[in-house]
Amino acid sequence: MSEASIEFAKIARESDADNTTDDPRFRAPLVVGNKDFTGVTATVAGVSERKPPPAWYIAFGISLSLLGLLGAMIGYLFLTGVGVWGNNQPASWGFGIVNFVFWVGIGHAGTLISAILFLFRQNWRTGINRMAEAMTIFAVVCAGMFPGIHVGRPWLAYWLFPIPNQMDMWPQFRSPLLWDVFAVGTYATVSLLFWYTGMVPDIATFRDRAKTKPKQIIYGILSLGWNGSSRHWHRYERAYLILAALATPLVLSVHSVVSFDFAVAQLPGWHTTIFPPYFVAGAIFGGFAMVIVLAVPARELFGLKDIITKRHLENMAKILLATGMMVGYAYLTELFIAAYGGNRHEQFTFLNRAMGPYAWAYWTMIFCNVVAPQLMWSKRLRTNVWVLWIVAMFANVGMWFERFVIIVTSLTRDFLPSSWHAFWPTWVDLCTLAGSFGLFMTLFLLFCRYLPTVAMAEVKTVMPQAHSHGGHGPDERRADYRPDEHHDPDRDAPRFANR
Amino acid sequence: MSTQTQEKNSTYESAPPEAPPQLAGLIGEFESVDGVIGAARKVRAAGYKIWDVHSPFPIHGIDAVIGVRPTILPWIVLIIGLSGCGGGLALQWFCNAYDYPFMISGKPFFSLPANIPIIFESTVLCSALTAVFGMFGLNRLPLHYNPLFKSRRFKRVTDDRFFIFIDASDGKFDEKGTAEFLTSAGATAVERIED
Repeated sequence: MSEASIEFAKIARESDADNTTDDPRFRAPLVVGNKDFTGVTATVAGVSERKPPPAWYIAFGISLSLLGLLGAMIGYLFLTGVGVWGNNQPASWGFGIVNFVFWVGIGHAGTLISAILFLFRQNWRTGINRMAEAMTIFAVVCAGMFPGIHVGRPWLAYWLFPIPNQMDMWPQFRSPLLWDVFAVGTYATVSLLFWYTGMVPDIATFRDRAKTKPKQIIYGILSLGWNGSSRHWHRYERAYLILAALATPLVLSVHSVVSFDFAVAQLPGWHTTIFPPYFVAGAIFGGFAMVIVLAVPARELFGLKDIITKRHLENMAKILLATGMMVGYAYLTELFIAAYGGNRHEQFTFLNRAMGPYAWAYWTMIFCNVVAPQLMWSKRLRTNVWVLWIVAMFANVGMWFERFVIIVTSLTRDFLPSSWHAFWPTWVDLCTLAGSFGLFMTLFLLFCRYLPTVAMAEVKTVMPQAHSHGGHGPDERRADYRPDEHHDPDRDAPRFANR
Repeated sequence: MSTQTQEKNSTYESAPPEAPPQLAGLIGEFESVDGVIGAARKVRAAGYKIWDVHSPFPIHGIDAVIGVRPTILPWIVLIIGLSGCGGGLALQWFCNAYDYPFMISGKPFFSLPANIPIIFESTVLCSALTAVFGMFGLNRLPLHYNPLFKSRRFKRVTDDRFFIFIDASDGKFDEKGTAEFLTSAGATAVERIED
């Protein structure tokens, strides 16, 4: 055993160890605190078996109050009409669509982590994927709500779907707005399937540990009778791989389609071909920021520091930096094309963004999305959870402002100065936005309380004990998982089916 | 009336005692991945046909040891996915070009480029639904009754223990011999599973 592997073995035994050191010959342990399989099960299941910490009750109380506020605001909106919002002509898309795009963007990290990082064999994703997937679904719930309440007559929202009706009327399939319905609908369904499929073996763990009858029955029903059969695992892994392969283009398509809502219009500042990749990068940036914002307190409160380790946080910080740079590059490209393209309306739009009445929003966006993530270059800063959390919070704020800037500056000042009009949100707009965070956090806190917050079965597969050593290789006590190195003595053995 | 009651009573009294539990098979418990892989190799070499390995997570390389044939799931997904692709195209053609054609912004009633996003989404949606429900269907899940769940020991299969289950209907099965065989293969405990 070399020095480095001894060092890594030591790290794996320490609690809340610093496993961020890199040695190209070895992979750092992903589970620390000297945990075996039961240790992982007990840590994760303990989150929902123990009484939650007082902070959980406080957070839940606040979230539930905000959710109540959301209900009241929606009730007021339905009883009165969209006039209670700040929307006007020409700014007919106000907070409703800003919030929709913001929440859909947040919902990108979960599937990215579970699908793209799965295909890239990023083993560290196992510590955070469940939480990120849950977050994705709750963010998509928030997102889906906004177009529904924005249409003005929500009882006609079913017109969005191709349902045979007495008017013989069909949706207009040549419009990007309808593509959006299909893209977000498909994304919500596939994310839900991904989340639930991944959770079935872990719910079975909860079932087998449940002490009370109601828990045994509910977890029993939800776990579908999972019994860990190797034949089941075989098909399960194959299905998971197929889902990952399907979700990878899907996650890239969703925000591309959302960006078509803008790019297909002729409005200056919207009508650009850079929008799909620019939106996707922004969505991943914002989504990862939200995962960090939630994972940092969750690992602290629920004692998950040995599973969501410092290395997980550092990796997420690196992705935050990379995607933040992509977003910054897209901002620069937009400015360059406006200057170089020679379209006077577009030139005006970008000058107006940086120096017009909404310049404060534009510079907030630049500061939060481009300047703040630069702190992540320093290892000392990105491994400091406080700095990381604050930078991630900035990224969330910045991404909300990005959508505000795109929508509001372009709509309020388009081609003809005679049709210009300012947009300012009303108190209902602001309370609805705050309320959507209540909905999101309520769902997330309930998830932490009752469902497996970490993909236990998947974490176990990246632990060194999960691999047959069989006496091969130079060091049997290695603390990593190298999936390409299977020694399979029975590879050429004849295969037959048992039942 | 009275005869009926009598009849009922007599039926009740003469009801046979509950059928004795039938032996479903034997489970052997293992503590490590290496242990269960080694034992699985021996079980297969001994000629058992109806048996399975149960584990808290997928063990890499176990498929070849047991001899699990690759699933047909990907082919099912491909077929349904292609149907979703065709269905998405047909839906758009039917709605906007056939059943109720209407002109908007001078766009053609039916043109492939405008139809691509919906086709893509319907393909992915159908494939994903098939992948998940097809997988559970092929696994015969949900199945909430399983004699294995009667064993307290087996509860640790979702935590940290590995089990080999040998079915009593296997041609080579013999309660005493199979139990001894499992112990000799390294099982730390062997338990009867009754149905």
